[in-house]
Amino acid sequence: MAAEAKQQILARIREANERAVRGKETPVPRDYVHSGGLDAASREELFIERLREYDASVTVCASAGLASTIGVLLQDRGWKHVIMAAGFPAAALPFGFEFRQEAEVENSDLDACDAVITGCEVAIAVTGSIVLRHGVGLGQGTRRFTLLPDRHLCVVRAEQLVETVPEAFALLEPFTNDPLTTISGPSATADIEMTRIRGVHGPRFLEVVLVR
Amino acid sequence: MRITLFITCYNDTLFPETGKAVVRLLERLGHSVDFPLQQTCCGQMHYNTGYQQEALPLLRHFVEVFRDAEVICAPSSSCVAMMRDHYLKMAEASGDKALERDTALLLPRVHELTELLVDRLGLEDVGAYYPHRVTYHASCHSLRSLCLGDKPLRLLRQVRGLELVELSNIDRCCGFGGTFAVKNPDVSAAMLSEKLKDVEDTAAEVCTAVDNSCLMHILGGLHRQRAGVSARHIAEILASTLEEPAL
Amino acid sequence: MTVRVGDAAQAPPFQRAALPLLEDSQLRKNVRHATGVIQRKRALVAGELSDWQQLRAAASAIKQQTLRHLDEYLLRFEAACVAAGGQVHWARDADEANAIVLALIRSQNASEVVKIKTMTSDETGLNRALEAGGVHPYETDLAELIVQMGEDRPSHIVVPALHKNRSQVREIFREKMGLPGLGDRPEDLTAAARSYLREKFLRVPVAVCGANFLLADTGGVCIVESEGNGRMCLTLPKTLIAIAGIEKVIPSFRDLEVFLQLLPRSATGERMNPYNSIWTGVREGDGPHQFHVVLLDNGRSGILADAEARQTLHCIRCGACLNACPVYRQTGGHAYGSTYAGPIGAILTPQLQQMRHSQSLPYASSLCGACYEVCPVKINIPEVLIHLRGRVVEQSGLSAEAIGMKAMAAVFSSARRLEAAQRLAQRGQWPWVTDGWIRSLPGMFAGWTAVRDLRAIPRQSFRQWWRERQHGR
Repeated sequence: MAAEAKQQILARIREANERAVRGKETPVPRDYVHSGGLDAASREELFIERLREYDASVTVCASAGLASTIGVLLQDRGWKHVIMAAGFPAAALPFGFEFRQEAEVENSDLDACDAVITGCEVAIAVTGSIVLRHGVGLGQGTRRFTLLPDRHLCVVRAEQLVETVPEAFALLEPFTNDPLTTISGPSATADIEMTRIRGVHGPRFLEVVLVR
Repeated sequence: MRITLFITCYNDTLFPETGKAVVRLLERLGHSVDFPLQQTCCGQMHYNTGYQQEALPLLRHFVEVFRDAEVICAPSSSCVAMMRDHYLKMAEASGDKALERDTALLLPRVHELTELLVDRLGLEDVGAYYPHRVTYHASCHSLRSLCLGDKPLRLLRQVRGLELVELSNIDRCCGFGGTFAVKNPDVSAAMLSEKLKDVEDTAAEVCTAVDNSCLMHILGGLHRQRAGVSARHIAEILASTLEEPAL
Repeated sequence: MTVRVGDAAQAPPFQRAALPLLEDSQLRKNVRHATGVIQRKRALVAGELSDWQQLRAAASAIKQQTLRHLDEYLLRFEAACVAAGGQVHWARDADEANAIVLALIRSQNASEVVKIKTMTSDETGLNRALEAGGVHPYETDLAELIVQMGEDRPSHIVVPALHKNRSQVREIFREKMGLPGLGDRPEDLTAAARSYLREKFLRVPVAVCGANFLLADTGGVCIVESEGNGRMCLTLPKTLIAIAGIEKVIPSFRDLEVFLQLLPRSATGERMNPYNSIWTGVREGDGPHQFHVVLLDNGRSGILADAEARQTLHCIRCGACLNACPVYRQTGGHAYGSTYAGPIGAILTPQLQQMRHSQSLPYASSLCGACYEVCPVKINIPEVLIHLRGRVVEQSGLSAEAIGMKAMAAVFSSARRLEAAQRLAQRGQWPWVTDGWIRSLPGMFAGWTAVRDLRAIPRQSFRQWWRERQHGR
């Protein structure tokens, strides 16, 4: 019966197309903007502006200062129970804090921790988005890793930042076997009277550290 | 220029003053005007209500009557939109190659009144005088099918004595929609009441448009509410002069 | 085979269903507010992209190309999805889809499922079928939760509870969640939903979702959402079942670069929605162990057979046409009696049902064109509406309206007849005319004069004036 359903649907589609396809097939016009025209500094500025519009926090630092910047952030926010994504470079983490490893935690730990730390695969300035590629040991976590906690700290390196959506998809194309998540600000809803409320089910706080 | 009028069936029957104003305006601008008496209707009501078969003979009739006209002018954006949006498709579907060719040749010669004035004749100041506070309702077909943009407004801004007041939500439908107003009278009335409120908020004396179809609906509502605002076609305002003012 | 679109087959005609809604001033206020907010935001962010029209053209062409080879793309999707560890099922109609989903849930010995908002499952009436089969579905999208708990119907494709305001939502949550002290700030209501659902996400073993896009080249699925409930359902339960219309397939992963620019800006007026999930099959150590896709026809292949109307299947369910529609603005979604409301619902609902039901919907539009203007995939909705009106007229045979229309067409076919009719009407109108105005008319025109006057037909038509003028020269 299952095979029969498939054959019948396909037959109906073929019959419909034989009857109703008109005109010659023309190629899809792809003359939309592919790559942006901003220089690196303006691109970073735009990314920061767009993230802040989503109520995400952004801190900028130099590569050498990444660990200390994360340290200051954790101290300021008072985050003690922090978990790092598997494969996230230990060198980027400050001394004097204890970080648990992704591999050793359960859902309940993620639910209860103060924050998780990940990197990302690519980030998009125009939309203020970060894209996580959930491959093994990439330092970007599994999908649940950045979902159950209330706070997500994401490190974006300037060279990972592109301006437009098509630029990002060009970079992601080789990795379509890995699950991908695009994140644009903290989770939100406007289902009640169109009032934007932050943090329905995913993290309520998105903290981005942009490394120049 | 010799301009052939397609006055449209409802202007002919219900709003002859609009047709007269078009004649007066174009003649004043130095053009000769013709009105082929054989003309009837573009078929819009039939076509849009689902009677596409019944609309086809009206297309044929239109093509027959206006075949030799050089420049055709219609004071109605919805009738012109009917032709531009659907005539070619109808002619194609009829399988009549001659009709298809004739329709394709005829369509570029059909102009809505304000289009004719601004694009074809290159005019914005038509020498009109109309000392009233006026607001302009952009009909949906003028806005989205003919894409008239601000052409009607440019014409109105040059009218001496006219105070133009912007209508809020100018791109929102008034709720007429042809047979929609008859088939869904309650929803149409709800849409109208929002439009009337916007019109009344302008404190204008007159609401104008390039379509008498919307205006018939808006004026009908204004009259029922005794709002003291009248509605008149843009042709009547543009035809009005100091010597021969429109009422 | 029986095609079903929610309860649309039993719904009263639009003009009748609209009446009580037009009387509901609270509902109308809620609808006006919500659609107004999204419309303004949409216009702003769509205007930001200099290549918006090029994106629309590309999206429309991609959809056209997909439909042209729909059989091939579906087979390609199936093969790629299976290769990645997913399973693909084919359902001819709503009942078949529901039966497949129920059987899959039973095979997991589950009695509960968590659901991501899927209009397709509302179309098939999945929740009712699950309950009848002893499975309790939990809607997890905030708006869908409001609709489910309020025993209500969705009234918008994207924001299904936009007809409810905060105090109405509070009443529902107070009663159904047992929270008598709940406040009515959107923050309070959202927090209540968060804690109510979190436990379900962590416990319930099966999730049901829809799909925004099926990717033929990779076998991937893309889900577009805001709240994170989607990610919860896609990630935590052991079994995931996606139910998707066959028109949801697009040729390639790269095509998302077009649609993910158009969809969020059109749907919610955001540059990007908070979360997009794109995944392929199953993944060891991350996400569900079993992944199923149910490909649903339910009348779609019939739409494909209509050359004029098949563009209906381009729809990516952004809801922009609902927000832009002046008719929807007055009535909200329930008047359409269907899962799919607004302009897109007015063309999709009757077509899915092979034009056997919902014939009033193609007439529920003033043909103002606002829907076409905002549609990100360029569906010429007014054109399709008119085409479907033609099909309705064909079906209805020689009705009183048809006789009248045919008579009018005969009148308009000659100027002589038109002039005779003009005179007849002018002379015959006197019983209704006072002071040059008609204030009340009988029969089908009574609706017109209920709120408007009609100027009487003037004594002299334009053509009479013209003739006199020519003679006078």
